[in-house]
Amino acid sequence: MTAMMHRVRRFWWLGAALVALTACGGGGGDADTDARRTFTLQLTNLTANQPFGPVAVVLHPPPDALWLPGESASEALEVLAESGDPQPLLDAADSRTDVVRAFGGSGVISPGSSETFTFTLTGDELSADRPLAVTLATMLVNTNDAFAGASGEALPDLGIGERRIWYLPAYDAGTEANSETAATIPGPAAGGEGFAAGRDDQDRIAIHPGVISAQDGLADSVLDGSHRWDNPVLALELTRTE
Amino acid sequence: MIPLRVLALSLWVLMTSVSGAIAADLMLTLTNLTNGTYFTPLLVTAHDDSADLFEPGTTASDELAAMAEGGNIDGLLGLVGGIDADTIGNPAGGLLAPGDTISFTMTTSPDRPLLSVVAMLLPTNDGFVGLDSFELPTAAGTYQVDLLAYDAGSEANDERITGGGAPGVSGIPADPGENGGVSGTGVTTEESNPTVHIHRGVLGDGQAVGGISDLDHTVHRWLNPVARLTIDVP
Repeated sequence: MTAMMHRVRRFWWLGAALVALTACGGGGGDADTDARRTFTLQLTNLTANQPFGPVAVVLHPPPDALWLPGESASEALEVLAESGDPQPLLDAADSRTDVVRAFGGSGVISPGSSETFTFTLTGDELSADRPLAVTLATMLVNTNDAFAGASGEALPDLGIGERRIWYLPAYDAGTEANSETAATIPGPAAGGEGFAAGRDDQDRIAIHPGVISAQDGLADSVLDGSHRWDNPVLALELTRTE
Repeated sequence: MIPLRVLALSLWVLMTSVSGAIAADLMLTLTNLTNGTYFTPLLVTAHDDSADLFEPGTTASDELAAMAEGGNIDGLLGLVGGIDADTIGNPAGGLLAPGDTISFTMTTSPDRPLLSVVAMLLPTNDGFVGLDSFELPTAAGTYQVDLLAYDAGSEANDERITGGGAPGVSGIPADPGENGGVSGTGVTTEESNPTVHIHRGVLGDGQAVGGISDLDHTVHRWLNPVARLTIDVP
């Protein structure tokens, strides 16, 4: 929370500095068109029957993402991937002084639905010396610990009206065994347990192998064929509007 | 005057050397993204467009089949002229386990602008992770490319772990992670597409003994991508 307030304060200070510059009559020229850039970031759930938990979206300088494939998940990511709660990951982002923005989603993104964020970058946030990357995560809630996400995808240099789309896969947090039992899956397919401390899986982040489901021979699974997916599971569309 | 001219000359030399017209040292980093599938020794090579390590929709060469069925890259190495500045063989010094990452450098030249990568997926019958003629970036920066799982189309995916790794011999050589079962009756005896294609994935089953497959459906399945390659161009 302190970090968030710090960022808000810094933003206010930058805004004041820009106003001061304009007041001095120093404006005009090409530089001004790049002094402020506004973007929309739209996330679309591409799955058949895997609602996404509230998303955590973080803008930061590369390469330090909040999670990396092949590495052990932080407890904050474990909470998101097992229960759907993005708050610990957002708090972790807020505690980092280099993070430029951190957004929490407003709620579940149902299959076929989208959520859009709008943000404006100004001043040193647009420095060519410090390009930004996006890291995000959102739980596939009818699983043990699957999440869709991006790990430090570099933001491209977009002109106004240009866009970039990423098609993103589902990862396995590796923190909870993929038992698919009703007691361990928090989503509407089961209503079971969310976060559980302790790790009984590989303890490393991998591309998720997919769920098996009872219909495909995993006897204790509460899931059916509708809960399966193929990659990609999430479309991320960044558009520069200003 | 002379010091200025020297300075100008050195600047010219400097600019020429960073223009990309000559050999470039690349740092490559590859991560195995699978849940429980190993990569046998990798072959990473830069080449021109006159040849391919593999081509989807065409029959696998004997050398490719030897790699995909048994992990043997010697034949493919022979085809590309052996290990040199832009052909790297077995950078991990053996298997690259699930979740593991290997980094290595290679020196590329403008006349070989395409990058290909192969390694067998173990345990599979003839699955391999592949990158087919990816155009190497030349501008400075960090580039990321995700790699897919292919099926060489040279062996039926019976999913029986029999030790069969030699070309033309059925079965899977081994499961390095020791999660495999025994005495599976076999998923199939036929390969319906005998050309290189995107692997359909493995079926597996929940029975350590018997069942149709010696693979475990909770361990050995995967979805693409199976590897992530990062290329740093200085």
